[in-house]
Amino acid sequence: MNEFVETLLSLTWHEPRSSYDVVIIGGGGHGLATAYYLATRHGITNVAVVEADYIGSGNSGRNTTIIRSNYGIPESIRFYRHSQVLYDRLEDETGCWIMHATKGLIWLAHTESAMRAERARCQLNNAMGVETVLVDPVEIKRLCPQIDLSGGGRYPVLGASYHVPASTARHDRVVWAYAQGAMERGVHVLQQTTVTGLLRDGDRVVGVRTNRGDIAAGTVMSAVGGDVTTIASYAGVRLPVRTHPLQAFVTNGYSQGFGPIVSDTELLCYISQTARGQMLIGHEYDREQSYSRQSSFQFLQANAVKMSYLLPFVRNLRILRQWTGRCDVSADFSPIMGFTGVDGFVITTGWGTWGFKAIPAGGEQMAELIATGRTPEMIAPFALDRFAADHSMADQGSTGTR
Amino acid sequence: MLIVFCPNCGPRPVEEFRFGGELPSPPESITDPAERDFDQVWMFNNVAGIHTERWYHDAGCHRWTTVRRDTRVDRIVEQHVSLRPD
Repeated sequence: MNEFVETLLSLTWHEPRSSYDVVIIGGGGHGLATAYYLATRHGITNVAVVEADYIGSGNSGRNTTIIRSNYGIPESIRFYRHSQVLYDRLEDETGCWIMHATKGLIWLAHTESAMRAERARCQLNNAMGVETVLVDPVEIKRLCPQIDLSGGGRYPVLGASYHVPASTARHDRVVWAYAQGAMERGVHVLQQTTVTGLLRDGDRVVGVRTNRGDIAAGTVMSAVGGDVTTIASYAGVRLPVRTHPLQAFVTNGYSQGFGPIVSDTELLCYISQTARGQMLIGHEYDREQSYSRQSSFQFLQANAVKMSYLLPFVRNLRILRQWTGRCDVSADFSPIMGFTGVDGFVITTGWGTWGFKAIPAGGEQMAELIATGRTPEMIAPFALDRFAADHSMADQGSTGTR
Repeated sequence: MLIVFCPNCGPRPVEEFRFGGELPSPPESITDPAERDFDQVWMFNNVAGIHTERWYHDAGCHRWTTVRRDTRVDRIVEQHVSLRPD
């Protein structure tokens, strides 16, 4: 635990100017982090972040705040590990308390094939300098005494991979830390400003059309979650992205401490304890594409049953709240970052169910891309043109979906 | 809850079905055949509105059916869509 003292946020709001060097569509984590790193690392402060609602109102306020890097392909492991390192430093760098806590993540396996996959994950993670170790049921019980190793008699636990540096942070505090850091340096954040189109000059994108008037821009970046297909279509860009709902819920407080994050590769659900003591339970995304943010009873029923197989104590808890976000799931389950083939329009999307952990690294790398006009080496494998080049970064197994 | 009309079994809850995805349909503006093939394989229309999609009656009779659903409000607006041109 750190010893941060709570400080008041100082956010200053502005009227839109008619023109900026960079306009970022989407005032969530990725958009604000990009603005923050443009200002702090590259001295570019003539920047506007355009947000349709209030900052962090989209998926940045609807995720389950897990920060991990136990991925299955080297390019992803390197990228997400870098993001973890930036998260570790974020409180010291911004002076904002983001309630960052390292907890460790247990990925349970119930079958021999799942054990093989976890063994391979540990090998690859360690080769890339990420601490993920294979643990047996005795060790799992020591890390998480509440677990039922018989899985309710139906899903016996054979083992797990234990990702040591996994952590959580408070989602809206991350958004506020980046917003304050960017605003202090002169970035404009325009809330309640909906982008209704892109300004074009021939093939080039030269600004955004909003409900508060046109804004010219040297570079337009889309950091939109949910409506990215619509925004990209304004520039004539086609995306390998489908939008699915993702649901989660929290229970009332569980007074005994629950240390690690527990995730299940077979049952596709995961659990952690929030700073308030509530149990936060999530699931893979809904099967059918939808833009609706309606929560469903079927989700609660299915998920509560699965979790009570693993952790019988959750049967005695009550569900307090549930919510739904919109996930942009890319065709290969890896993010899409970089140039789009249209001059003046760059994109960061395809963040599916794995966007929160990538906020610092995604923002830092996109800022470098915008500032230098070149794709940084770390995100070059995640460019949109990888699909045409037949270099897809397939890694569904690491996303906790099936 | 969504109710899908199976051609064999009639109205059934959506939990019995597996989502088969949207029908790939590259836009008319793409004319080059190779470009159209690429678009068909990788790209999605991902419509925010009326979406033509396939469902498979997995926990039932194993028939496919096509419906139109409004993805903004998650409601099926047309069941038993015929894909054959009239």
